[in-house]
Amino acid sequence: MRYILPLVAFLVLSAFLYLGLNLNPHEVPSPLIGKPAPAFSLPQLQQPELQFSAQEMRGKVWLLNVWASWCVSCREEHPILVELARQNIVPVYGLDYKDKAEDGKNWLEQHGDPYVLSAADREGRVGIDYGVYGVPETYVIDKQGIIQYKQIGPVTPQVLNQKILPLVAELNRK
Amino acid sequence: MKRLLIILLCVLPLFAYANEAKDMAEDPVLEKRMIGLAENLRCLVCQNESLASSHAELADDLRREVREQMKKGMSDQQIIDYLVARYGDFVLYKPPVKNTTYLLWFGPFLLFLLAAALFFYQMRKRRKTMLDTTLTPEAEQRAAALLNDHKDNQA
Repeated sequence: MRYILPLVAFLVLSAFLYLGLNLNPHEVPSPLIGKPAPAFSLPQLQQPELQFSAQEMRGKVWLLNVWASWCVSCREEHPILVELARQNIVPVYGLDYKDKAEDGKNWLEQHGDPYVLSAADREGRVGIDYGVYGVPETYVIDKQGIIQYKQIGPVTPQVLNQKILPLVAELNRK
Repeated sequence: MKRLLIILLCVLPLFAYANEAKDMAEDPVLEKRMIGLAENLRCLVCQNESLASSHAELADDLRREVREQMKKGMSDQQIIDYLVARYGDFVLYKPPVKNTTYLLWFGPFLLFLLAAALFFYQMRKRRKTMLDTTLTPEAEQRAAALLNDHKDNQA
């Protein structure tokens, strides 16, 4: 009898600690989900004389992928994006975050360019508006320009197939 | 020579002091206000550091952003709202009281009440067992004899 209380306390504590092991403290829920994607107008990476603005994408479901040549885990997800672009399911736009134009262009040449185009966010201001804090990040934006999903960290095949692609299909039906 | 070297080595740690990450600011008053605000905000990259002390690039950018907004004449609350709109309540070291944070705010008091209740319950139980023990006259005599015996042994 006298052991029951400590035993229960121990089990409860263990359960909490066990759950804690599988939580990622770097995944902070974004307050931007369900809100309009912040407007921006930035020069394009490949053609700096042209601008790209998020408003152009009204009426389309699209992905905004924040990347940079200095970002290590971007290399991890990049082949998945290249493959996704080849399948032509959803347009992927890039946001080259806090990067030198030369480095960004070289990186795309080296690793392949899955993006319809990349906007160059040299100063990282658009990144701040989108609440970017760990590159890579990927946003799913619907036809009304509302952010429906945010992937923090690299897109894995699992995330792509179980979350992003079903969501894109659903949003396209609307 | 050796002694001089030892003295020099002893003095060396004096130079190894840490301080807040400093940005060159043209306006020290504004800088002070910015640091004051940023000390209560969390850096999202290195989560156990404040925005004021972090050397992460994002923290640099956010300090720049805060500085610029202060120059535009925005209040501290407006700037905090601006950051919360982008990064969520997580940037605040002092989370607001709302549905999702009730447990966080009031959980410790709940635990305290629980512990206090348990404590008093145990105390009452113990007192009862103590009052319940009444000795028969023989037992009391035996106890007194034993205690005396014990005293003799010690003496």
